[in-house]
Amino acid sequence: MSARTSPPSKPLTDRIRPNHPPYGLADYERHGGYQGLRAALKMSPQDVTALMKSAGLRGRGGAGFPTGVKWSLVPMGENAPKQKYIIANGDEMEPGTFKDRLLLEGDPLQFIEGITIGGYAIGASIGYVFLRAEYVEAARALRKAIQECYARNRLGRNILGSDFHFDLYLHTSAGRYICGEETALINSLEGKRAIPRAKPPFPATSGLFGKPTVVNNIETLCNVPHIVHYGAEWFRGLSKGKDGGTKIYGASGKLRRPGAWELPMGTTVREILEDHAGGLRAGLKLRGFLPGGASTDFLTAEHLDVPMDFDSIAKAGSRMGTGMMIVLDDQTDVIGMVRNLERFFARESCGWCTPCRDGLPWVEKILASLEAGQGRPEDLTILRQMTRLLGPGRTFCAHAPGAMEPLQSALGHFRLDFERAAARSAAVAGGRP
Amino acid sequence: MLSPDEIAEIDRELAHYEQPAAATIEALKIVQRHRGWVSDEAVAAIAAKLGCSPADVDAVATFYNLIYRRPVGRHVIHVCDSVTCWMLGEPRLTELLKAQLGIDYGQTTADGRFTLLPICCLGTCDRAPAMMIDEDTHRDLESVDAARLSAILERYP
Repeated sequence: MSARTSPPSKPLTDRIRPNHPPYGLADYERHGGYQGLRAALKMSPQDVTALMKSAGLRGRGGAGFPTGVKWSLVPMGENAPKQKYIIANGDEMEPGTFKDRLLLEGDPLQFIEGITIGGYAIGASIGYVFLRAEYVEAARALRKAIQECYARNRLGRNILGSDFHFDLYLHTSAGRYICGEETALINSLEGKRAIPRAKPPFPATSGLFGKPTVVNNIETLCNVPHIVHYGAEWFRGLSKGKDGGTKIYGASGKLRRPGAWELPMGTTVREILEDHAGGLRAGLKLRGFLPGGASTDFLTAEHLDVPMDFDSIAKAGSRMGTGMMIVLDDQTDVIGMVRNLERFFARESCGWCTPCRDGLPWVEKILASLEAGQGRPEDLTILRQMTRLLGPGRTFCAHAPGAMEPLQSALGHFRLDFERAAARSAAVAGGRP
Repeated sequence: MLSPDEIAEIDRELAHYEQPAAATIEALKIVQRHRGWVSDEAVAAIAAKLGCSPADVDAVATFYNLIYRRPVGRHVIHVCDSVTCWMLGEPRLTELLKAQLGIDYGQTTADGRFTLLPICCLGTCDRAPAMMIDEDTHRDLESVDAARLSAILERYP
């Protein structure tokens, strides 16, 4: 069936041809497609979940939760609720992140095969793709692929002659970053405001319409068919570290060749930024970088040799997040950059809890006044207080604590910039009548 | 009143959910696609169709930034003002747009042609800065000048 003789080293992007439309079903299957689902349907659902655990697949949406563990929390067996759901989180709105777009536009069938296997593993007969509104091309590619899958018995009833039924629906969103938070996403899919829910209960037991629900990131699900087809050992072997697989890494900013690349998990920051992104543009020097989106702590040049995996980046004082780096060069104003990030978080707060709704605009205002040379001496003290008052445990969800990560790390790594801005403001104020 | 087309499209979405109110966002988007924006009357019509209160529908409509509760121009321009686009010249792009259209964010040109709005990260940061006009994404606008911008805008009569 497969034209391939050896397993791919870059499974996620193996079938993606830049500037070409994605493969239809026939070409997809000629290149190894649907071998994973065929193999999965011969296994028990529990064995598929166990395979994800032994492969060391961790969620690619930012939190890095082990996928097999997430699936194993769903009630199974005779006494489990009849209706369960699996949802793909395609609400890719983390600033700096453009990996799921690439996967959906380039190989929508890989994703569909992945969510179908996920549905089989947890006993869900319905799946939803929650896609951000702006991903128009991805929506087109998905609609076409879903239609072809229904026509060719890869979706719907008795898939590939088995007794497994699975329907997949595309939901395109209407904006708001908070939809990416999994319980807010579930509320949004129920047609409500995207406000996070209290946990517990966790979605695995009570999610969409109160039914057991798993929410997985797009990139996570794209790995699933390959793990089933080629095995856990192969998947672990792709990685340079202890988390399995490859990762879509990316970099943006004033770089020679910004982009996204599928590389072994655990590739160093230096290799990504220098070999793949081509380093900074002429005349610019690296000052720092956000390793995985706007809601991760700044790291600096001293961290260039840290491997980009969940534990190594955490040990260095940040989070790998989405693995899509944003680079700060020495000509860009740090305070302006942090002000831009905090404006984003302030605007995207859902407004449900007071510290986040009121605190983030306050932070943004202070940063804007510092940037404009109109700050006050006490501003830095207030900003430092805010990183604690809006930190973990003080708010309803992770939105505000995420917003504090770039701020608190900038106040540490780039302290002199902030002090200089405060001093400049004081001098300006002193000169006023 | 919803049109027969709107009702047919909403019914297709209703079949995807176990509760009718779940189709609220889809219904709002369907009505907006047909009418350009969502009026009070449309909110009430959607509520009646889905069996919920107009207040419920309006709470949802006002939460999501891509549902317009006021009339917009024939074409909506969304400029990404998130971090990578900001670093690579979004402020300059925004100033050019404002000057050329003679409007600020949140406003519509007098001829009803364009509405200008900011938007968060469009997920195309390797080709920043970027903006969307209707459903088209325009990329690599770092060195855009007034002439090139005019040429882009001309495609949206």
